[in-house]
Amino acid sequence: MKTDFDWKPLALVPLLAAGVFPFIGSGSTWLTLTVAGLAMGMIIFIIASGLTLVFGLMDVLNFGHGVFIALGAFVATSVLGAMSDWTGSQELWRNLVAVLPAMLIAMLVAGAVGLAFERFIVRPVYGQHLKQILITMGGMIIGEELIKVIWGPAQIALPLPEAMRGSLLVGEAAIEKYRLIAVVVGVLVFALLAWTLSRTKIGLLIRAGVQDREMVESLGYRIKRLFVGVFVVGSALAGLGGVMWGLYQQNVIPQMGAQVNVLIFIVIIIGGLGSTGGALIGALLVGLMANYTGFLAPKVALFSNIALMAAVLLWRPQGIYPVTNR
Amino acid sequence: MTNQGQRGTGFAGPQVAPPWGGDAEGGAGGLVLRGVHTHIGAYHILHGVDLAIPKGQLTMLLGRNGAGKTTTLRTIMGLWQASQGRVSFAGRDITKLSTPQIAELNIAYVPESMGIFSDLTVKENMLLAARSAKRASQMDEDRLKWIFSLFPAVEKFWNHPAGKLSGGQKQMLAVARAIVEPRELLIVDEPSKGLAPAIINNMIDAFAQLKASGVTILLVEQNINFAKRLGDTVAVMDNGVVVHAGSMAELAQDAGLQQSLLGLAL
Repeated sequence: MKTDFDWKPLALVPLLAAGVFPFIGSGSTWLTLTVAGLAMGMIIFIIASGLTLVFGLMDVLNFGHGVFIALGAFVATSVLGAMSDWTGSQELWRNLVAVLPAMLIAMLVAGAVGLAFERFIVRPVYGQHLKQILITMGGMIIGEELIKVIWGPAQIALPLPEAMRGSLLVGEAAIEKYRLIAVVVGVLVFALLAWTLSRTKIGLLIRAGVQDREMVESLGYRIKRLFVGVFVVGSALAGLGGVMWGLYQQNVIPQMGAQVNVLIFIVIIIGGLGSTGGALIGALLVGLMANYTGFLAPKVALFSNIALMAAVLLWRPQGIYPVTNR
Repeated sequence: MTNQGQRGTGFAGPQVAPPWGGDAEGGAGGLVLRGVHTHIGAYHILHGVDLAIPKGQLTMLLGRNGAGKTTTLRTIMGLWQASQGRVSFAGRDITKLSTPQIAELNIAYVPESMGIFSDLTVKENMLLAARSAKRASQMDEDRLKWIFSLFPAVEKFWNHPAGKLSGGQKQMLAVARAIVEPRELLIVDEPSKGLAPAIINNMIDAFAQLKASGVTILLVEQNINFAKRLGDTVAVMDNGVVVHAGSMAELAQDAGLQQSLLGLAL
Protein backbone atom coordinates (compact mmCIF):
# COMPACT_ATOMS: atom_id res chain seq x y z
CA MET A 1 0.00 0.00 0.00
CA LYS A 2 1.49 3.35 -1.03
CA THR A 3 1.85 6.02 1.63
CA ASP A 4 3.86 8.47 -0.44
CA PHE A 5 3.76 12.06 0.61
CA ASP A 6 2.54 14.43 -2.09
CA TRP A 7 5.81 16.29 -2.69
CA LYS A 8 4.88 18.05 -5.93
CA PRO A 9 3.47 21.22 -4.27
CA LEU A 10 6.62 21.47 -2.15
CA ALA A 11 8.66 21.68 -5.33
CA LEU A 12 6.74 24.76 -6.48
CA VAL A 13 8.63 27.14 -4.19
CA PRO A 14 12.17 26.19 -5.33
CA LEU A 15 10.92 25.89 -8.91
CA LEU A 16 9.57 29.43 -8.83
CA ALA A 17 12.75 30.74 -7.23
CA ALA A 18 14.96 28.91 -9.72
CA GLY A 19 12.71 29.79 -12.65
CA VAL A 20 13.03 33.56 -12.19
CA PHE A 21 16.80 33.50 -11.64
CA PRO A 22 17.72 33.87 -15.35
CA PHE A 23 15.40 36.87 -15.67
CA ILE A 24 16.91 38.64 -12.66
CA GLY A 25 20.44 37.92 -13.72
CA SER A 26 22.28 39.10 -10.62
CA GLY A 27 22.72 36.46 -7.93
CA SER A 28 22.87 38.99 -5.11
CA THR A 29 19.66 40.69 -6.24
CA TRP A 30 17.98 37.32 -6.58
CA LEU A 31 19.01 36.35 -3.03
CA THR A 32 17.79 39.65 -1.59
CA LEU A 33 14.44 39.32 -3.36
CA THR A 34 14.09 35.67 -2.38
CA VAL A 35 14.69 36.32 1.33
CA ALA A 36 12.29 39.27 1.17
CA GLY A 37 9.69 37.05 -0.50
CA LEU A 38 10.12 34.28 2.05
CA ALA A 39 9.81 36.78 4.91
CA MET A 40 6.66 38.27 3.42
CA GLY A 41 5.31 34.78 2.81
CA MET A 42 5.93 33.71 6.38
CA ILE A 43 4.09 36.74 7.75
CA ILE A 44 1.17 36.07 5.42
CA PHE A 45 1.19 32.43 6.53
CA ILE A 46 0.97 33.43 10.20
CA ILE A 47 -2.10 35.49 9.37
CA ALA A 48 -3.71 32.98 7.01
CA SER A 49 -3.19 29.78 9.02
CA GLY A 50 -6.03 30.51 11.44
CA LEU A 51 -8.40 31.63 8.71
CA THR A 52 -7.98 28.47 6.68
CA LEU A 53 -8.78 26.32 9.73
CA VAL A 54 -11.80 28.49 10.54
CA PHE A 55 -13.14 27.86 7.07
CA GLY A 56 -12.20 24.20 7.10
CA LEU A 57 -13.83 23.44 10.44
CA MET A 58 -17.11 25.27 10.15
CA ASP A 59 -17.38 26.38 6.55
CA VAL A 60 -17.30 29.96 7.79
CA LEU A 61 -16.23 32.66 5.35
CA ASN A 62 -14.72 35.31 7.61
CA PHE A 63 -14.07 38.42 5.57
CA GLY A 64 -13.45 40.31 8.80
CA HIS A 65 -10.17 38.53 9.56
CA GLY A 66 -8.27 41.66 8.55
CA VAL A 67 -9.49 43.60 11.56
CA PHE A 68 -7.39 41.39 13.85
CA ILE A 69 -4.32 42.20 11.76
CA ALA A 70 -4.87 45.93 12.15
CA LEU A 71 -5.71 45.54 15.82
CA GLY A 72 -2.50 43.63 16.51
CA ALA A 73 -0.44 46.23 14.68
CA PHE A 74 -2.03 49.17 16.53
CA VAL A 75 -1.63 47.46 19.90
CA ALA A 76 2.04 47.05 19.01
CA THR A 77 2.38 50.80 18.34
CA SER A 78 1.15 51.46 21.87
CA VAL A 79 3.27 48.81 23.57
CA LEU A 80 6.44 49.58 21.66
CA GLY A 81 5.80 53.32 21.99
CA ALA A 82 5.69 52.89 25.75
CA MET A 83 8.96 50.92 25.68
CA SER A 84 10.95 53.29 23.51
CA ASP A 85 13.95 53.07 25.85
CA TRP A 86 14.12 49.38 25.09
CA THR A 87 13.45 49.62 21.36
CA GLY A 88 16.03 52.40 21.05
CA SER A 89 18.77 50.23 22.49
CA GLN A 90 21.50 48.84 20.27
CA GLU A 91 21.34 45.53 22.11
CA LEU A 92 19.19 42.86 20.49
CA TRP A 93 18.06 41.28 23.76
CA ARG A 94 16.69 44.63 24.98
CA ASN A 95 14.80 45.00 21.68
CA LEU A 96 13.39 41.50 22.11
CA VAL A 97 12.27 42.34 25.66
CA ALA A 98 10.11 45.04 24.06
CA VAL A 99 8.95 43.16 20.95
CA LEU A 100 7.96 39.90 22.65
CA PRO A 101 5.49 41.54 25.10
CA ALA A 102 4.13 43.60 22.19
CA MET A 103 3.49 40.38 20.29
CA LEU A 104 1.93 38.64 23.29
CA ILE A 105 -0.34 41.57 24.19
CA ALA A 106 -1.37 41.97 20.54
CA MET A 107 -2.24 38.27 20.42
CA LEU A 108 -4.19 38.48 23.68
CA VAL A 109 -6.20 41.52 22.56
CA ALA A 110 -6.85 40.10 19.08
CA GLY A 111 -7.84 36.74 20.60
CA ALA A 112 -10.24 38.39 23.07
CA VAL A 113 -11.82 40.49 20.33
CA GLY A 114 -11.95 37.33 18.20
CA LEU A 115 -13.94 35.60 20.94
CA ALA A 116 -16.52 38.41 20.91
CA PHE A 117 -16.49 38.54 17.10
CA GLU A 118 -17.32 34.83 16.91
CA ARG A 119 -20.04 35.07 19.54
CA PHE A 120 -21.88 38.12 18.26
CA ILE A 121 -21.07 38.30 14.54
CA VAL A 122 -20.24 34.83 13.23
CA ARG A 123 -22.38 32.51 15.37
CA PRO A 124 -25.75 33.92 14.30
CA VAL A 125 -24.95 33.19 10.64
CA TYR A 126 -23.56 29.65 10.72
CA GLY A 127 -24.32 27.88 7.46
CA GLN A 128 -25.31 31.06 5.60
CA HIS A 129 -22.43 32.06 3.35
CA LEU A 130 -23.89 35.23 1.90
CA LYS A 131 -24.78 36.58 5.33
CA GLN A 132 -21.35 35.55 6.61
CA ILE A 133 -19.63 37.61 3.93
CA LEU A 134 -21.81 40.64 4.53
CA ILE A 135 -21.78 40.60 8.31
CA THR A 136 -18.08 39.84 8.71
CA MET A 137 -17.20 42.63 6.27
CA GLY A 138 -19.49 44.86 8.30
CA GLY A 139 -17.70 43.72 11.45
CA MET A 140 -14.38 44.68 9.92
CA ILE A 141 -15.64 48.13 9.01
CA ILE A 142 -16.87 48.65 12.58
CA GLY A 143 -13.53 47.36 13.87
CA GLU A 144 -11.63 49.81 11.67
CA GLU A 145 -13.75 52.69 12.88
CA LEU A 146 -13.18 51.67 16.50
CA ILE A 147 -9.44 51.62 15.82
CA LYS A 148 -9.75 55.17 14.45
CA VAL A 149 -11.61 56.19 17.62
CA ILE A 150 -8.85 54.78 19.85
CA TRP A 151 -5.69 55.51 17.86
CA GLY A 152 -6.90 58.16 15.42
CA PRO A 153 -7.38 57.94 11.65
CA ALA A 154 -3.84 58.89 10.64
CA GLN A 155 -0.97 56.62 9.74
CA ILE A 156 1.20 55.78 12.75
CA ALA A 157 4.89 54.96 12.45
CA LEU A 158 6.00 51.59 13.77
CA PRO A 159 9.77 51.80 13.48
CA LEU A 160 11.89 48.72 13.83
CA PRO A 161 13.86 48.47 17.07
CA GLU A 162 17.42 49.64 16.64
CA ALA A 163 19.19 46.28 16.61
CA MET A 164 16.73 44.86 14.07
CA ARG A 165 17.46 47.58 11.50
CA GLY A 166 19.99 47.35 8.74
CA SER A 167 21.22 44.49 6.64
CA LEU A 168 23.61 41.62 6.75
CA LEU A 169 25.90 41.19 3.78
CA VAL A 170 25.98 37.71 2.30
CA GLY A 171 28.51 37.99 -0.49
CA GLU A 172 27.21 40.98 -2.40
CA ALA A 173 23.62 40.46 -1.31
CA ALA A 174 22.12 42.67 1.37
CA ILE A 175 19.70 40.72 3.58
CA GLU A 176 17.61 42.85 5.92
CA LYS A 177 17.90 41.59 9.49
CA TYR A 178 14.19 41.95 10.17
CA ARG A 179 13.33 39.73 7.22
CA LEU A 180 15.45 36.98 8.69
CA ILE A 181 13.68 37.46 12.02
CA ALA A 182 10.32 37.25 10.24
CA VAL A 183 11.37 33.97 8.61
CA VAL A 184 12.45 32.56 11.98
CA VAL A 185 9.18 33.59 13.67
CA GLY A 186 7.19 32.14 10.77
CA VAL A 187 9.08 28.84 10.96
CA LEU A 188 8.49 28.69 14.74
CA VAL A 189 4.75 29.34 14.32
CA PHE A 190 4.52 26.71 11.58
CA ALA A 191 6.46 24.18 13.68
CA LEU A 192 4.18 24.80 16.67
CA LEU A 193 1.07 24.50 14.52
CA ALA A 194 2.34 21.37 12.78
CA TRP A 195 3.24 19.79 16.13
CA THR A 196 -0.16 20.64 17.61
CA LEU A 197 -2.04 19.35 14.59
CA SER A 198 -0.08 16.12 14.24
CA ARG A 199 0.87 15.21 17.82
CA THR A 200 -2.03 16.23 20.05
CA LYS A 201 -5.58 15.02 20.39
CA ILE A 202 -6.88 18.57 19.90
CA GLY A 203 -4.93 18.73 16.65
CA LEU A 204 -6.33 15.39 15.61
CA LEU A 205 -9.83 16.67 16.29
CA ILE A 206 -9.19 19.80 14.24
CA ARG A 207 -7.87 17.78 11.30
CA ALA A 208 -10.79 15.38 11.53
CA GLY A 209 -13.29 18.23 11.92
CA VAL A 210 -11.97 19.91 8.78
CA GLN A 211 -12.74 16.68 6.88
CA ASP A 212 -16.08 15.68 8.40
CA ARG A 213 -17.41 17.68 11.32
CA GLU A 214 -20.64 15.68 11.53
CA MET A 215 -18.67 12.49 12.16
CA VAL A 216 -16.60 14.21 14.82
CA GLU A 217 -19.83 15.15 16.60
CA SER A 218 -21.07 11.57 16.22
CA LEU A 219 -17.96 10.46 18.08
CA GLY A 220 -19.02 12.61 21.02
CA TYR A 221 -17.06 15.82 20.57
CA ARG A 222 -18.58 19.30 20.68
CA ILE A 223 -17.20 20.75 17.50
CA LYS A 224 -18.63 24.22 18.08
CA ARG A 225 -16.46 24.59 21.19
CA LEU A 226 -13.49 23.43 19.18
CA PHE A 227 -14.37 25.97 16.51
CA VAL A 228 -14.51 28.81 19.06
CA GLY A 229 -11.04 27.80 20.23
CA VAL A 230 -9.70 27.71 16.70
CA PHE A 231 -11.33 31.06 15.91
CA VAL A 232 -9.70 32.67 18.95
CA VAL A 233 -6.28 31.18 18.15
CA GLY A 234 -6.70 32.21 14.50
CA SER A 235 -7.52 35.78 15.60
CA ALA A 236 -4.53 35.83 17.94
CA LEU A 237 -2.25 34.63 15.13
CA ALA A 238 -3.67 37.36 12.90
CA GLY A 239 -2.80 39.82 15.68
CA LEU A 240 0.76 38.45 15.72
CA GLY A 241 0.87 38.69 11.95
CA GLY A 242 -0.32 42.29 12.24
CA VAL A 243 2.63 43.15 14.50
CA MET A 244 5.01 41.46 12.06
CA TRP A 245 3.41 43.15 9.05
CA GLY A 246 3.39 46.56 10.75
CA LEU A 247 7.10 46.25 11.56
CA TYR A 248 7.73 45.03 7.99
CA GLN A 249 6.01 48.13 6.57
CA GLN A 250 7.22 50.32 9.47
CA ASN A 251 3.88 52.04 9.67
CA VAL A 252 0.27 51.14 10.31
CA ILE A 253 -3.09 52.44 9.08
CA PRO A 254 -6.59 51.33 10.16
CA GLN A 255 -7.27 49.93 6.66
CA MET A 256 -4.20 47.71 6.61
CA GLY A 257 -6.26 44.61 7.44
CA ALA A 258 -8.51 45.08 4.45
CA GLN A 259 -5.45 45.51 2.23
CA VAL A 260 -3.88 42.26 3.42
CA ASN A 261 -7.22 40.41 3.32
CA VAL A 262 -7.03 39.93 -0.45
CA LEU A 263 -3.61 38.30 -0.22
CA ILE A 264 -4.79 36.00 2.57
CA PHE A 265 -7.75 34.74 0.60
CA ILE A 266 -5.52 34.11 -2.41
CA VAL A 267 -3.22 32.12 -0.13
CA ILE A 268 -5.90 29.91 1.42
CA ILE A 269 -7.50 29.25 -1.96
CA ILE A 270 -4.12 28.30 -3.46
CA GLY A 271 -3.36 26.11 -0.46
CA GLY A 272 -6.67 24.30 -0.38
CA LEU A 273 -9.35 25.50 2.04
CA GLY A 274 -8.67 24.01 5.46
CA SER A 275 -5.08 22.98 4.78
CA THR A 276 -2.34 24.60 6.90
CA GLY A 277 0.43 22.92 4.89
CA GLY A 278 -1.17 24.26 1.73
CA ALA A 279 -1.45 27.71 3.29
CA LEU A 280 2.30 27.70 4.00
CA ILE A 281 3.20 26.81 0.41
CA GLY A 282 0.60 29.28 -0.91
CA ALA A 283 1.93 32.07 1.32
CA LEU A 284 5.53 31.46 0.25
CA LEU A 285 4.51 31.46 -3.42
CA VAL A 286 2.55 34.69 -2.99
CA GLY A 287 5.41 36.36 -1.09
CA LEU A 288 8.00 35.36 -3.68
CA MET A 289 5.78 36.26 -6.62
CA ALA A 290 5.05 39.73 -5.18
CA ASN A 291 8.76 40.46 -4.74
CA TYR A 292 9.93 39.03 -8.06
CA THR A 293 7.27 40.77 -10.13
CA GLY A 294 7.73 43.98 -8.12
CA PHE A 295 11.33 43.96 -9.34
CA LEU A 296 10.90 42.55 -12.85
CA ALA A 297 7.59 44.04 -13.94
CA PRO A 298 6.13 46.44 -11.39
CA LYS A 299 3.12 47.17 -13.59
CA VAL A 300 1.87 43.58 -13.35
CA ALA A 301 2.79 43.08 -9.67
CA LEU A 302 -0.81 43.50 -8.50
CA PHE A 303 -2.08 41.08 -11.11
CA SER A 304 0.64 38.49 -10.56
CA ASN A 305 -0.87 36.80 -7.51
CA ILE A 306 -4.25 36.50 -9.18
CA ALA A 307 -2.49 34.88 -12.15
CA LEU A 308 -0.64 32.58 -9.76
CA MET A 309 -3.92 31.55 -8.14
CA ALA A 310 -5.51 30.91 -11.54
CA ALA A 311 -2.54 28.79 -12.64
CA VAL A 312 -2.61 26.70 -9.46
CA LEU A 313 -6.38 26.18 -9.73
CA LEU A 314 -6.01 25.07 -13.34
CA TRP A 315 -3.53 22.45 -12.09
CA ARG A 316 -5.41 21.50 -8.91
CA PRO A 317 -8.94 22.96 -8.85
CA GLN A 318 -9.30 22.44 -5.10
CA GLY A 319 -5.92 23.89 -4.18
CA ILE A 320 -2.50 22.33 -3.87
CA TYR A 321 -3.33 20.26 -0.79
CA PRO A 322 -7.08 19.69 -1.02
CA VAL A 323 -8.64 18.46 2.20
CA THR A 324 -10.26 15.09 1.56
CA ASN A 325 -14.03 14.74 2.01
CA ARG A 326 -14.68 18.41 1.43
CA MET B 1 -47.26 -7.97 13.66
CA THR B 2 -47.93 -5.50 10.90
CA ASN B 3 -48.96 -1.91 11.24
CA GLN B 4 -49.52 -0.83 7.70
CA GLY B 5 -51.25 2.49 7.18
CA GLN B 6 -49.77 4.28 10.20
CA ARG B 7 -48.67 7.31 8.17
CA GLY B 8 -49.14 10.50 10.09
CA THR B 9 -50.48 8.83 13.19
CA GLY B 10 -47.78 10.37 15.40
CA PHE B 11 -48.10 9.96 19.14
CA ALA B 12 -51.76 9.16 18.99
CA GLY B 13 -51.30 6.30 16.57
CA PRO B 14 -51.00 2.61 17.32
CA GLN B 15 -47.68 1.57 18.81
CA VAL B 16 -45.42 -1.17 17.61
CA ALA B 17 -45.12 -3.28 20.74
CA PRO B 18 -41.58 -4.27 21.71
CA PRO B 19 -41.15 -7.80 20.37
CA TRP B 20 -39.17 -8.86 23.46
CA GLY B 21 -42.18 -8.15 25.62
CA GLY B 22 -40.85 -5.09 27.46
CA ASP B 23 -42.68 -1.80 27.75
CA ALA B 24 -42.75 0.70 24.93
CA GLU B 25 -40.86 3.37 26.89
CA GLY B 26 -37.44 1.76 26.77
CA GLY B 27 -37.79 0.49 30.30
CA ALA B 28 -36.05 -2.70 29.34
CA GLY B 29 -32.94 -0.65 28.54
CA GLY B 30 -33.38 -0.49 24.79
CA LEU B 31 -34.09 2.26 22.30
CA VAL B 32 -37.65 3.36 21.66
CA LEU B 33 -39.07 5.76 19.08
CA ARG B 34 -42.65 6.91 19.50
CA GLY B 35 -44.48 8.83 16.80
CA VAL B 36 -41.29 10.38 15.44
CA HIS B 37 -41.70 12.88 12.61
CA THR B 38 -38.73 14.42 10.84
CA HIS B 39 -38.70 17.24 8.33
CA ILE B 40 -35.67 18.07 6.19
CA GLY B 41 -36.26 21.52 4.85
CA ALA B 42 -39.64 21.49 3.17
CA TYR B 43 -39.74 17.69 3.01
CA HIS B 44 -41.63 15.60 5.52
CA ILE B 45 -39.58 12.38 5.65
CA LEU B 46 -40.65 10.47 8.75
CA HIS B 47 -44.39 10.33 9.34
CA GLY B 48 -44.63 8.98 12.88
CA VAL B 49 -42.07 6.22 13.33
CA ASP B 50 -42.78 3.77 16.15
CA LEU B 51 -39.89 1.45 16.78
CA ALA B 52 -38.50 -0.53 19.70
CA ILE B 53 -34.97 -1.92 19.77
CA PRO B 54 -34.61 -4.57 22.49
CA LYS B 55 -31.55 -4.42 24.71
CA GLY B 56 -28.85 -6.94 23.91
CA GLN B 57 -30.35 -7.99 20.60
CA LEU B 58 -29.60 -7.28 16.98
CA THR B 59 -32.41 -5.54 15.17
CA MET B 60 -32.49 -5.24 11.41
CA LEU B 61 -34.19 -2.20 9.90
CA LEU B 62 -35.28 -3.08 6.38
CA GLY B 63 -37.10 -1.30 3.62
CA ARG B 64 -36.87 -0.07 0.08
CA ASN B 65 -34.71 2.86 -0.95
CA GLY B 66 -36.26 6.08 0.29
CA ALA B 67 -38.33 4.36 2.97
CA GLY B 68 -36.78 6.55 5.70
CA LYS B 69 -34.26 4.15 7.25
CA THR B 70 -31.24 6.46 7.14
CA THR B 71 -33.36 9.40 8.27
CA THR B 72 -34.47 7.33 11.24
CA LEU B 73 -30.87 6.60 12.23
CA ARG B 74 -29.85 10.23 11.81
CA THR B 75 -32.82 11.34 13.88
CA ILE B 76 -31.85 8.92 16.64
CA MET B 77 -28.33 10.41 16.61
CA GLY B 78 -29.64 13.99 16.69
CA LEU B 79 -28.07 14.79 13.33
CA TRP B 80 -31.56 15.76 12.23
CA GLN B 81 -33.98 16.92 14.88
CA ALA B 82 -37.32 15.20 15.24
CA SER B 83 -40.06 17.74 14.65
CA GLN B 84 -42.52 15.69 16.68
CA GLY B 85 -42.46 12.53 18.78
CA ARG B 86 -40.04 11.07 21.30
CA VAL B 87 -36.81 9.09 21.17
CA SER B 88 -35.77 7.42 24.41
CA PHE B 89 -32.79 5.30 25.32
CA ALA B 90 -32.60 3.25 28.51
CA GLY B 91 -35.66 5.12 29.74
CA ARG B 92 -34.14 8.56 29.15
CA ASP B 93 -35.65 11.03 26.69
CA ILE B 94 -32.89 11.87 24.18
CA THR B 95 -35.08 13.63 21.60
CA LYS B 96 -33.66 17.08 22.20
CA LEU B 97 -30.09 16.10 23.02
CA SER B 98 -27.30 17.19 20.73
CA THR B 99 -25.33 14.60 18.76
CA PRO B 100 -22.29 14.69 21.09
CA GLN B 101 -24.56 14.27 24.13
CA ILE B 102 -26.18 11.24 22.51
CA ALA B 103 -22.77 9.78 21.65
CA GLU B 104 -21.71 10.27 25.28
CA LEU B 105 -24.45 7.81 26.26
CA ASN B 106 -22.24 5.18 24.63
CA ILE B 107 -24.24 5.13 21.45
CA ALA B 108 -21.97 4.63 18.43
CA TYR B 109 -23.00 5.41 14.88
CA VAL B 110 -21.52 4.28 11.57
CA PRO B 111 -23.07 6.23 8.70
CA GLU B 112 -23.64 4.85 5.23
CA SER B 113 -20.62 6.87 4.04
CA MET B 114 -18.60 5.20 6.83
CA GLY B 115 -17.33 8.59 8.03
CA ILE B 116 -13.68 7.60 7.77
CA PHE B 117 -11.21 10.47 8.12
CA SER B 118 -9.21 9.78 4.99
CA ASP B 119 -6.30 12.09 5.75
CA LEU B 120 -5.75 10.47 9.15
CA THR B 121 -4.07 7.13 9.72
CA VAL B 122 -5.99 4.07 10.87
CA LYS B 123 -4.45 4.55 14.32
CA GLU B 124 -5.55 8.19 14.46
CA ASN B 125 -9.08 7.24 13.41
CA MET B 126 -9.22 4.74 16.26
CA LEU B 127 -7.68 7.17 18.76
CA LEU B 128 -10.29 9.79 17.96
CA ALA B 129 -13.09 7.40 18.83
CA ALA B 130 -11.40 6.44 22.10
CA ARG B 131 -12.61 9.45 24.03
CA SER B 132 -10.82 8.51 27.24
CA ALA B 133 -7.39 8.20 25.58
CA LYS B 134 -5.16 11.13 24.71
CA ARG B 135 -2.50 8.98 23.11
CA ALA B 136 -2.58 5.67 21.26
CA SER B 137 -0.67 4.07 24.13
CA GLN B 138 -3.60 4.87 26.44
CA MET B 139 -6.12 2.84 24.44
CA ASP B 140 -7.34 -0.37 26.05
CA GLU B 141 -4.83 -2.94 24.83
CA ASP B 142 -6.98 -6.01 25.47
CA ARG B 143 -9.90 -4.47 23.67
CA LEU B 144 -7.67 -3.53 20.74
CA LYS B 145 -6.47 -7.13 20.52
CA TRP B 146 -10.07 -8.29 20.43
CA ILE B 147 -10.85 -5.74 17.70
CA PHE B 148 -7.79 -6.85 15.72
CA SER B 149 -9.04 -10.44 15.94
CA LEU B 150 -12.39 -9.30 14.49
CA PHE B 151 -10.86 -7.05 11.86
CA PRO B 152 -7.25 -8.06 11.05
CA ALA B 153 -6.99 -5.30 8.41
CA VAL B 154 -7.14 -2.67 11.14
CA GLU B 155 -3.97 -4.04 12.71
CA LYS B 156 -2.27 -4.65 9.38
CA PHE B 157 -2.73 -1.08 8.18
CA TRP B 158 -2.44 0.57 11.62
CA ASN B 159 -0.05 3.32 10.53
CA HIS B 160 -1.37 3.77 7.00
CA PRO B 161 -3.60 6.63 5.83
CA ALA B 162 -7.21 5.50 6.07
CA GLY B 163 -7.91 7.02 2.66
CA LYS B 164 -5.70 4.38 1.06
CA LEU B 165 -7.79 1.47 2.36
CA SER B 166 -10.13 -0.50 0.12
CA GLY B 167 -13.90 -0.15 0.55
CA GLY B 168 -14.12 -3.31 2.64
CA GLN B 169 -11.18 -2.31 4.82
CA LYS B 170 -12.75 1.11 5.38
CA GLN B 171 -16.00 -0.54 6.47
CA MET B 172 -14.06 -2.72 8.91
CA LEU B 173 -12.29 0.35 10.25
CA ALA B 174 -15.60 2.19 10.59
CA VAL B 175 -17.10 -0.59 12.72
CA ALA B 176 -13.84 -1.14 14.63
CA ARG B 177 -13.72 2.55 15.42
CA ALA B 178 -17.29 2.49 16.66
CA ILE B 179 -16.48 -0.24 19.19
CA VAL B 180 -13.02 0.91 20.28
CA GLU B 181 -14.60 1.58 23.66
CA PRO B 182 -17.48 -0.39 25.22
CA ARG B 183 -20.82 0.76 23.77
CA GLU B 184 -24.39 0.30 24.88
CA LEU B 185 -25.86 0.67 21.42
CA LEU B 186 -24.26 0.31 18.01
CA ILE B 187 -26.06 1.80 15.02
CA VAL B 188 -24.74 0.90 11.57
CA ASP B 189 -26.13 2.05 8.25
CA GLU B 190 -25.74 -0.56 5.48
CA PRO B 191 -22.55 -2.31 6.62
CA SER B 192 -22.54 -4.71 3.65
CA LYS B 193 -23.04 -2.11 0.95
CA GLY B 194 -20.65 -2.62 -1.95
CA LEU B 195 -18.61 -5.29 -0.17
CA ALA B 196 -17.30 -8.51 -1.70
CA PRO B 197 -18.95 -11.73 -0.44
CA ALA B 198 -15.84 -12.81 1.50
CA ILE B 199 -15.75 -9.52 3.35
CA ILE B 200 -19.49 -9.71 4.01
CA ASN B 201 -18.93 -13.09 5.69
CA ASN B 202 -16.17 -11.55 7.77
CA MET B 203 -18.50 -8.72 8.73
CA ILE B 204 -21.27 -11.17 9.68
CA ASP B 205 -18.87 -13.05 11.96
CA ALA B 206 -17.82 -9.78 13.57
CA PHE B 207 -21.40 -8.67 14.25
CA ALA B 208 -22.23 -12.12 15.62
CA GLN B 209 -19.37 -11.78 18.10
CA LEU B 210 -20.43 -8.26 18.99
CA LYS B 211 -23.97 -9.48 19.60
CA ALA B 212 -22.64 -12.25 21.80
CA SER B 213 -20.78 -9.65 23.85
CA GLY B 214 -24.12 -8.12 24.83
CA VAL B 215 -24.11 -4.95 22.73
CA THR B 216 -27.48 -3.77 21.46
CA ILE B 217 -27.24 -3.40 17.69
CA LEU B 218 -29.41 -1.67 15.13
CA LEU B 219 -28.46 -2.34 11.50
CA VAL B 220 -29.98 -0.87 8.39
CA GLU B 221 -29.59 -3.41 5.61
CA GLN B 222 -30.56 -4.02 2.01
CA ASN B 223 -28.80 -7.38 1.86
CA ILE B 224 -31.52 -9.84 2.86
CA ASN B 225 -29.15 -12.76 3.43
CA PHE B 226 -27.06 -10.60 5.72
CA ALA B 227 -30.22 -9.66 7.64
CA LYS B 228 -31.46 -13.23 7.84
CA ARG B 229 -28.19 -14.56 9.23
CA LEU B 230 -27.80 -11.94 11.93
CA GLY B 231 -31.13 -10.47 12.93
CA ASP B 232 -32.97 -11.33 16.13
CA THR B 233 -35.74 -8.85 15.49
CA VAL B 234 -36.76 -6.91 12.43
CA ALA B 235 -38.60 -3.75 11.55
CA VAL B 236 -39.64 -2.88 8.03
CA MET B 237 -40.15 0.72 6.93
CA ASP B 238 -42.08 2.13 4.03
CA ASN B 239 -42.91 5.75 3.21
CA GLY B 240 -41.58 7.06 6.50
CA VAL B 241 -43.37 4.69 8.88
CA VAL B 242 -42.65 1.29 10.37
CA VAL B 243 -45.04 -1.11 8.70
CA HIS B 244 -43.92 -4.31 10.36
CA ALA B 245 -42.05 -5.31 13.51
CA GLY B 246 -41.41 -8.78 14.83
CA SER B 247 -38.87 -11.56 14.99
CA MET B 248 -36.53 -12.08 12.07
CA ALA B 249 -37.21 -15.83 12.03
CA GLU B 250 -40.94 -15.18 11.70
CA LEU B 251 -40.46 -12.91 8.70
CA ALA B 252 -37.94 -15.29 7.10
CA GLN B 253 -40.51 -18.09 7.20
CA ASP B 254 -43.43 -16.12 5.80
CA ALA B 255 -42.94 -15.75 2.04
CA GLY B 256 -46.20 -13.89 1.61
CA LEU B 257 -45.25 -11.32 4.21
CA GLN B 258 -41.84 -10.82 2.62
CA GLN B 259 -43.48 -10.30 -0.73
CA SER B 260 -45.96 -7.78 0.59
CA LEU B 261 -43.42 -5.87 2.71
CA LEU B 262 -40.28 -5.98 0.65
CA GLY B 263 -41.42 -7.07 -2.76
CA LEU B 264 -39.09 -10.06 -2.70
CA ALA B 265 -38.60 -13.45 -1.17
CA LEU B 266 -35.92 -14.07 1.46
